[in-house]
Order: sequence, then C-alpha cells, then structure tokens
Amino acid sequence: MSDEVKGLIDVALKGDKKAIARLITLVENDEETAREVVRRIYPLTGKAYVVGITGPPGSGKSTLLDKLVKLAREEGHKVGVIAVDPTSPFTGGALLGDRLRMQRHSTDPGVFIRSMATRGSLGGLAKATNDAIKVLDASGYDLIFVETVGVGQIEVDIVKTADTVVFVTVPGLGDEVQAIKAGLMEVADIFAINKADREGVEMVYLELKMTLEFERDKWKELGWEPPIVETIAFTLRGVRPLWEAIKRHREHMESSGRLRERRAFRAREEVKTIIASSIARKVEERLASGEAGELIDEVVEGRLDPYSASQIVMEKLKEDLWR
Amino acid sequence: MVDRSKVRVVIAKPGLDGHDRGAKVVARALKEAGYEVIYTGIRQTPEQIVETVIQEDAAVLGISILSGAHMVLIPKILKLLEEKGLKLGEDVAVFAGGIIPPDDAEELKKMGVFEVFGPGTPLKTVIEAVDGAVKNLKGFRA
Ligand code: B12
Ligand SMILES: Nc1nc2c(ncn2[C@@H]2O[C@H](COP(=O)(O)OP(=O)(O)OP(=O)(O)O)[C@@H](O)[C@H]2O)c(=O)[nH]1
Ligand SMILES: [Mg+2]
Repeated sequence: MSDEVKGLIDVALKGDKKAIARLITLVENDEETAREVVRRIYPLTGKAYVVGITGPPGSGKSTLLDKLVKLAREEGHKVGVIAVDPTSPFTGGALLGDRLRMQRHSTDPGVFIRSMATRGSLGGLAKATNDAIKVLDASGYDLIFVETVGVGQIEVDIVKTADTVVFVTVPGLGDEVQAIKAGLMEVADIFAINKADREGVEMVYLELKMTLEFERDKWKELGWEPPIVETIAFTLRGVRPLWEAIKRHREHMESSGRLRERRAFRAREEVKTIIASSIARKVEERLASGEAGELIDEVVEGRLDPYSASQIVMEKLKEDLWR
Repeated sequence: MVDRSKVRVVIAKPGLDGHDRGAKVVARALKEAGYEVIYTGIRQTPEQIVETVIQEDAAVLGISILSGAHMVLIPKILKLLEEKGLKLGEDVAVFAGGIIPPDDAEELKKMGVFEVFGPGTPLKTVIEAVDGAVKNLKGFRA
C-alpha cells in the first residue's frame, strides 16, 4: 500500500472528515486500493449498526432520514449517512439529490453524509456502498443510515447491507402493495407509510396488514412482526414512533441472535460477490488474449463448439486463478 | 481526457437567494455531460457549502448567486475552503455564476475563482470550462 493511503487511513481513523471522504472516493474508484483499505481497517469495523431505508422514488426517504438523523443525534449517536442515487446509463453522470433534504446536518461534527451514485449497479445500491460503510464504521460512526435509490419494489441488495430495513411507501400508488408482496417478509423489517397527510392512508395500511397476515407463520417463528408506522416527514408526526420501532427491531435482532445470522448471510454474500467479480475479470482477461481469439474464430467457423471452447479456456483459467 | 463520471461536482446556492433555475440547469447539464453532481439546494451558509465539498470529496464547486450578495458570500466560502486545507485550483476548482457585474467577476477571479458566468451563457461553454479546470487539478493531472 502506498504511504499516502496509509497516512490517509491513520488520519481518517482519528475522525478527520477530509480523510474519511478521500478514503470513500478511493474505495469507490479503484478496486485495488479498496482491497488494501478494507484489509487494513477491517479489524476496526463491526461496531456500527446499519439501518437501510428503501422504497419508491419520491416517497420521502431522504426527508424521513433527515428527521431520523436528528433523533439519533439527540440520543448521542455518531451518525453516518450514505445516500444512493442512480447513475444515468446513457451518460455515466448522476444528479445526487438526497443530500439536499439533510443539509442542516452538514455542519454537525457528529454527522457525515455522503452521496453515492450507483455507477452501473442494479440492486439499488452502489458496488462500493459496503466498503464506504466500513470506512465510516472504522472511523467511529456507530449508526449508519443507507438510503437506496428509489425503487418500485424492494431491492434485495439492501438486505445484504443493513441490519434493519425500513420500507417507505406512500398512499396513492395503486398497485404498490401488490408490487412489494413478493419477498415482503424477507426484506422489510418495518414499514413506514409516509405522506400520511394525504388521502388513502387507511387503504395502504389495510393492504399491508393483509399482506403481512399471509406470512403470519413466518413472523411468529421469527418473533418479529413488521410494524406499520404512519409518518408525515414534514412535521415529524410519526417519526418518533418510527425511530422507536427501529430501536425495538435492533433489540430484537441483538437478543434473538438474528443479527449474527443476518451478518453471517451478508458476509457470505460479500465473499461470494468478491469471488465472482474477480473470476469475471480473469475470464475477460483470458478472452482478450490472442489464443482465445483463435478459439473464438474456430467457433465462428463451425470447427469447434462453444462448450468445448469454454472447456479449453477454463483449463487455462485454473492457472490464472492460482497465480 | 478525464473520466467525468469520477469527478464530483457540488452545485451550491448560498444566502437567502431563491433563484434556483440557473443552478438546476447547470447541475443537470453537468450530469448530462457525465459528471457526478451533488446539488445542495437553496439557502446554504458558507459553512454548509464547505462541509459539503469536504464530505462529498468534490473536485469542483459551482456557486450560483443572483441576489447581489456575491462579494460577501463568495470570498467567505473561498476563505473557509483554504482554512480547511483545500487549495483553490489544486484540490478544488471554484466556479461562480448568476448576476455578477464584470468588475466583481474580475475581483473574484483574482481571489481564486476559476471562471464566472452570467445570464445566457451556453451550457456547452460551462461544461468545457469545467473540463478545463478539472484536468489541472492535483488528483486528475495526466
Ligand atoms: C425568474 C426570475 C425570478 C423568479 C425566480 C424563480 C426561480 N425559482 O428561480 C422569481 C419571480 C421568483 C424571482 C423573484 C425575485 N427576483 Co428575480 N429574476 C428572475 C429573472 C427574470 C430570471 C432568472 C432566471 O431564472 N434565469 C434563467 C437561468 C437559467 O439563468 P441564470 O440563473 O442566469 O443562469 C445562467 C448563468 O447565469 C449561469 N449560471 C448561473 N448559476 C451558475 C452557477 C455555476 C456554477 C455556473 C458555472 C454557471 C451559472 O449559467 C446559467 C445558464 O446560462 C432575473 C433576471 C435575469 N434576466 O436574470 C431576475 C432577477 C435575478 N431577480 C431579481 C430580483 C431583485 C428578485 C426579487 C428580490 C424581487 C423582485 N423584484 O422580483 C425576488 C427575490 C426572490 C428570492 N427569494 O430570492 C433581480 C436581481 C437584482 C440583483 N441581483 O441585483 C433580477 C436580476 C431582475 C432585475 N434585473 O432586477 N425572480
Ligand atoms: N405531503 C407530503 N410530502 C412529503 C412528505 N415527506 C416528504 N414529502 C415530499 O416528497 C418529496 C420527495 O421527498 P424525498 O425525501 O426527496 O423523497 P425520496 O424518497 O428521498 O426521493 P428519491 O430519493 O428521489 O427516491 C419532497 O418534495 C418532499 O418534500 C410528507 O410526509 N407529506
Ligand atoms: Mg432521496
């Protein structure tokens, strides 16, 4: 590792925001550096509790987050926020607008907010989100909120990241509940019906309640029934009950042993993802070689079938993998 | 050329100025050009803006101001940036736009603002200027 990165880590661990921000950029931009950084800070991670906020576009995730950060600060947490917005698939650019709802916390020394673009990831988060969480965790932020991109359905990536998942929905989306039914229990620990100042709250409430009923056996077994909280993010109405629900869920996760289970699942997924992406890279490298080019030619000309060609490439891959 | 999608740009509106069209137009244009743009929204204090630049690790700060308070707010932001150890033109490139008379624009440039743009500036000009500034920053030099 370069001395520069080492120095940066030392300063970041002391809480310097400029260094923390720089480290997040490095883990975002460069896989090699990410590897080194995570290796070094990993022993200091695992202390932070991670709360995920997901839900359809414009449902009020960022506005709620702004209020939740306030309540968490009142209870003395050091709060990190990672807010993810989509990268345009056409231009590679992104307009990251979550932060603007939370700007009043910008100058609070106990809060660190970072906007992040998906940069091609599809699961509602960015590839570097988990590593950015680790940087904040190691730097002493003990409660980390992650806002996913606005998604029409619950995206599974957030479960691979958060200890508690809050799904924010709103009245008037029509078939919204229908859309989130699949995998409902697996993913959301708490439901917030935001914009409860609007018409149609009871409808959403009843639909959610009914959907949860279907999974009754499951939540009985788990010992946690996802609560449904009505909120008006503007006015703080219902936000305190939401915060209390998050805390109750945390207690449940910790005392039931499910936190450990979820983190084991997450660790496994993380390892799997890293392996898969390094293999994918090796495959690309192999296929870019002249030798592979000739094989491909043979496939095109009909002299070799694709299965046999891949067999030959995979033999070579073995060497690459163990190198 | 610099990979724009790895360049983070903060577009900020300091003070009580509520004219946010220009800021939004510029933010969107830079996004369309491939930059990662963070928009702070209106009514930002210089402290909030500088903290945003720090936490977002932005290479570019664009300040939009049409209220006439630019000679108070912009120098304050520049001073805070330097106090936080961010060198103008090295670590971060600062742009300004809005209603800023030519004499003031000259003065601001002397203080370290890279370029100042007024009403009617083609967005292409803005994008090219940002490209030009970024490639001379410490983290992006070839
Ligand atoms: C539309 C407008 C409004 C709208 C604003 C709507 C909105 N949400 O933005 C409304 C009606 C609300 C409004 C209200 C007021 N306005 Co008004 N308004 C205008 C007007 C006509 C156009 C501004 C505009 O939107 N332009 C379109 C955008 C796209 O252009 P732009 O902002 O200039 O941005 C371009 C460039 O400047 C540059 N740029 C801008 N920012 C940035 C940032 C970066 C980083 C970069 C690189 C480039 C860049 O690039 C853009 C693209 O070319 C101007 C007059 C004018 N011709 O500019 C007056 C004007 C700005 N308003 C003025 C005033 C006084 C007011 C009021 C105080 C009261 C009043 N008399 O109406 C209130 C105050 C409101 C407030 N809270 O601040 C004065 C300001 C005088 C001054 N600075 O000395 C102006 C100049 C009119 C005048 N000649 O008197 N206003
Ligand atoms: N009526 C009403 N509007 C709200 C409420 N909460 C948030 N809003 C508004 O809804 C809009 C979207 O809010 P955000 O917090 O940006 O929503 P979001 O889910 O973070 O949006 P994305 O990140 O773009 O998906 C804003 O204009 C908010 O002011 C609420 O309780 N009631
Ligand atoms: Mg948001």
